[in-house]
Amino acid sequence: MADKILMKGNEAIAAAAIKAGCLHYFGYPITPQTEIAAYMAKVMPKIGGTFLQAESEIAAINMVYGVASAGKRVMTSSSSPGVSLKGEGISYLAGSDLPALVVNVQRGGPGLGGIQPSQSDYFQSTRGGGHGDYHMIVLAPASVQEMAELTVKGFELADKYRVTSMVLADGTMGQMMEPVSIDDLKVEPAPEKPWATTGTKMEREHNIVNSLSLVPEELEELNFKRYDRYKVIEENETMYEEYKVEDADIVIAAFGIAARVSKNAVDEARKLGIKVGLIRPITLWPFSKAPFKKAAEHAKAFISVELNMGQMIEDVQLAIESKCPVTLCNRAGGMIPDPEQVLNAIKEVNGGIQ
Amino acid sequence: MKYKRLTILCGHYGSGKTNIAVNMALDLRNQRDNVAIADLDIVNPYFRSKDSEEEFKTHGIRLICSEFASSNVDLPSMPADLYSITDDKSLSVIMDIGGDDRGAYALGRLRDAIKNENDYEMLMVVNKFRPLTPDACSTIEVMREIEWACGIPFTGIVNNSNLAGETNASDVLGSAEYAKAVCELSGLPLVLTTVEERLYDELKDKIYPLFPLKLQKKPI
Repeated sequence: MADKILMKGNEAIAAAAIKAGCLHYFGYPITPQTEIAAYMAKVMPKIGGTFLQAESEIAAINMVYGVASAGKRVMTSSSSPGVSLKGEGISYLAGSDLPALVVNVQRGGPGLGGIQPSQSDYFQSTRGGGHGDYHMIVLAPASVQEMAELTVKGFELADKYRVTSMVLADGTMGQMMEPVSIDDLKVEPAPEKPWATTGTKMEREHNIVNSLSLVPEELEELNFKRYDRYKVIEENETMYEEYKVEDADIVIAAFGIAARVSKNAVDEARKLGIKVGLIRPITLWPFSKAPFKKAAEHAKAFISVELNMGQMIEDVQLAIESKCPVTLCNRAGGMIPDPEQVLNAIKEVNGGIQ
Repeated sequence: MKYKRLTILCGHYGSGKTNIAVNMALDLRNQRDNVAIADLDIVNPYFRSKDSEEEFKTHGIRLICSEFASSNVDLPSMPADLYSITDDKSLSVIMDIGGDDRGAYALGRLRDAIKNENDYEMLMVVNKFRPLTPDACSTIEVMREIEWACGIPFTGIVNNSNLAGETNASDVLGSAEYAKAVCELSGLPLVLTTVEERLYDELKDKIYPLFPLKLQKKPI
């Protein structure tokens, strides 16, 4: 195994992107993700890559559109308010079926909000954010090592399905330092992209990358075809982690930093004899419906632990077809629940089902 | 450790400057009465000396830092009482400078006063396990960028090579060669090796001088 290095989550994303063959980064600084841009600014010039600090987030996402059209692995990163600005560009990427990676290291909102960690862009990421019918593959890391691994995965899935992937982290994941291994990351090389606009050399027909489609019958067909592809993604690409779910009466749903906190609470509750488990969705879209549906066969209650006002809770309710109650345990505005708060929520729910 | 009137800690961001600064301030307070820690970080709004404010109060250590530090106002700014660092010669100060050359620009403002007084030690904190400083050459590159930004030459090296909670004694022992290479290439002495408290007993007879660090935890 290669030597480990000590990295911030943000740095791990940048290093993993380069390892995945991404040589083009466009961004605009915003706390708490600035280290991604800082790392790229230092390293890209040394390896013949492009680092460009654009004049705005909107400019950056449209530069991503350009490189993606040329068939190269490309990314941008920002934090919540900046990702809102990118919304239009993300929709255009979807409308043009372009693979790219967008990183959102979330902070408290809405509006300019604050600089402390949050998960309140769950709806924005999984439901759209930009206009029109589309999805991004949304990946939610819960460790610095996973920040690296899911960045690579994001590029691979984007290329495989011609969609945009998003790594949805939060300020804690971006700022915390943990030992990671970048050299050991396995990377699938980018596939051939015969659709890319790389110049015809007078040897083939023009490739056109475009999201404008003025004939409604054709636009409808494009949408149906795109959703056929999304269906394949839903069937094949959901990722999740289960922790002590098999015999659980109570099942916690949590992703990212909330899952780390919840895991501690699960262990504490088990010491008290309460049968509780944790399902941690790693892909937020496609959402891991199957493990929740299965857990609902024996669980009496669910708790959704989130750093927002209750967003993923809706997907949990849908996945278990409202078979049993789902309680929200949350903090918002940049606050993080501690294991004690989650443990108290477990105790309360446990009292209710006894 | 023996201190000059000013001890300036610089380095690659994430190299451990703030933890070392906090521990040095406490150590220095055991030796002298009039001690301050100066948080001059204009880069990082999250992990700062100011997070240990209560501990400084308990030990009678003055905190010189921006009004906006740790307030979540992401505003790079200098302390109002910045010049007491150079004007008040009765004060002994540990100075925690922001990471990389960007952080070191803030220090440039005090350059002439510090160099003229010439009672300072400027220490480069290094960690071979950080991504952009894995060997002597890359470390010296960051070092030169910092010197260029602040206009003050380094006087020594602090080896703080660590993998956070996963660090073991052999990691620290193994980093000695790296630290030696940094010293040889820069022509500067290795002033200290720093380790987490838990490793101190195991290493104190093998590395000299060795400085134990009580880790500063960010209150969440």
